[in-house]
Amino acid sequence: MGTGNGDIELAGVTKSYDGETFAVDGINLKIPDGAYCCLLGPSGCGKSTILRMIAGHEDPTHGEILIGGEDVVGLDPVERRTAMMFQSYALFPHLSVRDNIAFALRVRGLSKAERNAKADAMIEKVHLTEFANRLPSQLSGGQQQRVALARAAITEPRVLLLDEPLSALDEHLRIKMRAELSRMQRDLGITFIHVTHTQMEAIALADMVVVMDQGKIRQSGPAREVYAEPKNRYVAEFIGGQNVISGKVSYINGTRATMAGATYSNIEIPLANGKRLEDGQSLDIAIRRDDIDLVRAGGDLPDGSTSVEGAITGVEYQGTFVKVMMEAAGEEEFVAYVPERRFFEESLSIGDRVLAIWQIDHAHLLA
Amino acid sequence: MKLNKTAVGWLNVTPLLAIMVPFFIMPIIVVAIASIMQTDGFGGMFMDPTLENYTYVFQSALTYRLYFETIKFAALTLIFSAFIGFWVAYFLVFHVRSKLLAMGLFLICTVPFWTSNIIRMISWIPLLGKEGLINQALMAMGFIDAPLEFLLYSDFAVVVAYVHQLTIFMIVPIFNSMARIDKRVVEAALDAGASKFDIMRYIILPMSKSGIALGAIFVVSIVMGDFFVVKVMSGGGTASVVGAFYEDIGVLQYPSAAASAIVLTILVMLMVALILRVVDIRKEITQ
Repeated sequence: MGTGNGDIELAGVTKSYDGETFAVDGINLKIPDGAYCCLLGPSGCGKSTILRMIAGHEDPTHGEILIGGEDVVGLDPVERRTAMMFQSYALFPHLSVRDNIAFALRVRGLSKAERNAKADAMIEKVHLTEFANRLPSQLSGGQQQRVALARAAITEPRVLLLDEPLSALDEHLRIKMRAELSRMQRDLGITFIHVTHTQMEAIALADMVVVMDQGKIRQSGPAREVYAEPKNRYVAEFIGGQNVISGKVSYINGTRATMAGATYSNIEIPLANGKRLEDGQSLDIAIRRDDIDLVRAGGDLPDGSTSVEGAITGVEYQGTFVKVMMEAAGEEEFVAYVPERRFFEESLSIGDRVLAIWQIDHAHLLA
Repeated sequence: MKLNKTAVGWLNVTPLLAIMVPFFIMPIIVVAIASIMQTDGFGGMFMDPTLENYTYVFQSALTYRLYFETIKFAALTLIFSAFIGFWVAYFLVFHVRSKLLAMGLFLICTVPFWTSNIIRMISWIPLLGKEGLINQALMAMGFIDAPLEFLLYSDFAVVVAYVHQLTIFMIVPIFNSMARIDKRVVEAALDAGASKFDIMRYIILPMSKSGIALGAIFVVSIVMGDFFVVKVMSGGGTASVVGAFYEDIGVLQYPSAAASAIVLTILVMLMVALILRVVDIRKEITQ
């Protein structure tokens, strides 16, 4: 369906509690209508503050917040037509599931029969019919989350704001409820903004991932772009799945360049997407951990590939792949995700010296 | 030595029993027994089981008048102390941002308790008296020509003294139950479009119920069992239920005083049971 007007624009939004430090520092962001957007970052990066400002529970110190093209700063949540799902849900502990969900209708003055009918329809949608008369404390974590979702959705908001919605659940349930959130978003067809510090959650759910650090946006874009093409070291390390290597450009020959660091001298890097490199320039590159292949030291390099040498420091079996930790290229943690079958063919073990090999074109230059 | 489960259980409740049996259960049994004994009129009692003491209590018109007066004071005190206690607690919990300041203000509420009940009560006399501060001030400002008589030695004075003494018993449990309200729950209500008034009646008031009920139990049982405040602040113009036992004891009528005491105890227990029926405190607290 899609209710329209759920597009959000933040323009120069700043929030400071003490006038000196900025919890949110000059954010510009556009979120299209009907998108599932994840704000991702460590705790204290300002992601929850942004959510609360969009919700109308806090006012920005500077800047504009537009929902559906209309500046909403100073409006209350009902006028914004946003609804928020709070961290650890903040359900009304003294009200039954039905009364929790019907609360927004009650304060809007609907009669008991009317609001109960609507609430019951919503309860059915989230599969809680048999629990309608229970108190929140008598529900499991997953059921509580559904109540919170239903309570937020009943007002037919154009934007639903979710503050760490899965953090109160255990690992197994988290993955299940994650799928449920995604289904709910497609059903409702409205904009979801989801705050999380778990990168897997963000990339699994979001159409648009916004990576934040210290009140600033470090990168925003589709999940795959943020994962595969991080713009900088911070994003690459926070999203994970990448090895980052620092070094200096030592030689440029037109289509390729060579990078050298303290413990290695000959990593070849691509001259991609028009980035200008100069001799002696400091540089970070990222290589996906699953793009790395391991062979014993002294083995041959296939064409078009480059390598670093290192010693294996740890091996973790992960089922579909094996996580091999190495000390290489002067990095504390250099990791290869080797396909399970491939790893056991090579029969590598801790302490072995190996070459970590990757296609030169698979390396990604960071800003 | 290994104790069996039953022995361990009894051992666990021993400290409680050691206090409750000699200081609570035994005296009540003694009073209950005294209430069916007879008096020789000179302070001596002899055992010849009778219900006469009870029939006397129930047949006396005075009993009903005294209960009416005492329950009236209990009700008035309850209303005012609950009202004041609720708003003081509300202010401390929801309007004082700093936890430290809230705790400080909360402790200030207890300052009057650093001195004795009697002194606190008597301090009202120079304030409310005929020549007292309030009358003098009102007269000096020209609001009244003659001193207000109802201020002291009146029902008004009794209620003022009770409210002053007992409001803290409301503030503490209400503060406690309000402090347990998650601020995000209030925010969630705001988010759903609730007005301040809605939040008060649908969220804060129902969630403070257990505190109000606990406070009500303190206030009701204290007022019902008190005679001194009534005696001093009403200037002897009003009697109270316990005041009457006191008189009985003064004239050595122990059995009838005991019977009245049993009747009062049962009545107060019924009142507490009624309060607990309205609010299931145990359920509210464990929630």
